[in-house]
Amino acid sequence: MTATSLTSSQGAGRTGDKVFSGAALAAGCLILAVLFGVALFLVVQAIPALTAPADKIQGGQGFFAYIWPIVIGTLIAAVIALVIATPVAIGVALFISHFAPRRLASGLGYVVDLLAAIPSVVYGAWGAAFLAKQISPAYGWLAENMGWLPIFQGPASTTGKTILTAGIVLSVMVLPIITSLSREIFLQTPKLHEEAALALGATRWEMIKMAVLPFARPGIISAIMLGLGRALGETMAVALVLSSGALTASLIQSGNQTIAAEIALNFPEASGIKVSTLIAAGLVLFVITLAVNMIARWVITRHKEFSGAN
Amino acid sequence: MTSTLTPVRSKRSALTKGQLPKYAPYAVLAAALIVGAAILALIGFNAFGWGVVSALLFAIGLVSWSAAVEGSRRAKDKLATCLVVGSFLVALLPLVSVIWTVLVNGIPGLLDPGFLTTSMNGVTGAFDNKAVEGGGPVMGGIYHAILGTVQITLLATVISVPVGLLTAIYLVEYGHDGRLAKAITFFVDVMTGIPSIVAGLFAAAFFFVVVGPGTKTGAVAAVALSVLMIPVVVRSSEEMLKIVPNELREAAYALGVRKWRTILKVVIPTAISGIASGVTLAIARVIGETAPILVTAGFATSINSNVFGGWMASLPTFIYTQILNPTSPSNPDPSSQRAWGAALVLIILVMVLNLAARLIARIFAPKTGR
Repeated sequence: MTATSLTSSQGAGRTGDKVFSGAALAAGCLILAVLFGVALFLVVQAIPALTAPADKIQGGQGFFAYIWPIVIGTLIAAVIALVIATPVAIGVALFISHFAPRRLASGLGYVVDLLAAIPSVVYGAWGAAFLAKQISPAYGWLAENMGWLPIFQGPASTTGKTILTAGIVLSVMVLPIITSLSREIFLQTPKLHEEAALALGATRWEMIKMAVLPFARPGIISAIMLGLGRALGETMAVALVLSSGALTASLIQSGNQTIAAEIALNFPEASGIKVSTLIAAGLVLFVITLAVNMIARWVITRHKEFSGAN
Repeated sequence: MTSTLTPVRSKRSALTKGQLPKYAPYAVLAAALIVGAAILALIGFNAFGWGVVSALLFAIGLVSWSAAVEGSRRAKDKLATCLVVGSFLVALLPLVSVIWTVLVNGIPGLLDPGFLTTSMNGVTGAFDNKAVEGGGPVMGGIYHAILGTVQITLLATVISVPVGLLTAIYLVEYGHDGRLAKAITFFVDVMTGIPSIVAGLFAAAFFFVVVGPGTKTGAVAAVALSVLMIPVVVRSSEEMLKIVPNELREAAYALGVRKWRTILKVVIPTAISGIASGVTLAIARVIGETAPILVTAGFATSINSNVFGGWMASLPTFIYTQILNPTSPSNPDPSSQRAWGAALVLIILVMVLNLAARLIARIFAPKTGR
């Protein structure tokens, strides 16, 4: 008798428990469903473009010929952004974690986070109205003196609205992501390793080179990958800054286009097969960024298991 | 006395031998500034070039002096320090430049009478041409865009917060690190990386299939923003729920309180400051998103207060269209003035939200009693 009175209690409490845990479970599953739905609905809407006869697609040579140049353009812009942002971001992260005075460090970190808070369309407007104008003389110089390199082949754009400018704006936008992730990793370096290096007479740079960077390498790699994911999918910086065109090797002429900007510029006025084509382009972008992000997350989780950092 | 003092002095110099004097960086900086100014005076002075040249001279001077006196290891250390500090300064440049550009260009637009209280309804290129030719004020405003942004963001918050918070509760309280919980964590991380335009395309494709082709309303945009917002809410709430001490839960269980009441009455109130600040940051993140709204809500020039019907304007898309397709193609200046004004309003909104998040976290932080 006592046993039953202990195990069975008020029905209201038990129902509450069931409803609550059920709701929590449903919310979790909803997220999985949404991600699955993203893929599903994009595929459903993209099928007409993938199966349509080649001459119906913009450009008249089929979907593959349409998507290929803008995939390359997306990669070019993202690579420029990473090449510029990575060294600066690691430097900033090191500055905040190991160089800045302890009392200033968190405030400075907040300043860098402000970079992430500025909306992308404002960056785009800044890139188009300010940066492009300021930087176009430099392109003229590059075309004159480095023109023998295919990437700096002249004649340089006089408006400065080139893929290189777009890449620079992108690099500003991915900088805070790489910085904040690498900063976290740098701060996790075992204190004993650092102190041991310093006790052996290492200078601060030698300590960082021997203790901090080897420990943080997987973390830095995944931070770069996450930055890459962001740079690949960023729309406004490219849509507003770049004066787009056909695929060209030169970074300082107008030309090239990225997937995200292509969608943003054309989707609002699109109809019929064009909508499907653009959604298919979005699907391609989704697959690329998904792969990049999954690799990055995989590197992070693998690192967590081995380092004991958590 | 003198005989005891001299060995002490020589000892001190032996200890500091092979080191740069303490004033070395300041001396090199002063020299670099002067020489930099001299070089710039020869080729035409500007402040930015002066800063760059002086910084380079400072790094070269300090490192080579250090190499001469202290040896290559210390010199490398100095070089690394210069590079690290330099990269921080380089990172500040765009921040300062962006804020400066928006302030300079945005304040005239913001001070325009009626900018915050009127919409673009009926404002045509003719008004803009007149304004440029000196015949009238710059017409039009961003009231419709502010209204749209607030409505879309509110709806997105209403969708995302329950879903995100419940998921976080599942992960922390019910998941037990099982296979489903691991899958959800992984895919939430992956979802964080979905490009915003793909989220917009998803919402558009979803409503095209469910409601009908070409459906563009504020609600579609809100769904798109939720896709971006949910993972942020989940991550921040999960972190906050995790740091609630287990003793609190156990104390509640020991008093015979049901699990769901424990979560509602003990766990969430303890973590509410962190959760609220996380939600505020998530709002700040999505309020500036342009691409998803662009493909889901269309453009509107007039006030539309119905989220479920008709095209809707928002601040980011307003900026975008005013720059890319000026109201008067022959005289784009009034349009760009309105765009910068809107950009200033948007940045102020985002900064206020960020600040609010910090304040919430500080004010409502649980009292530790220690």
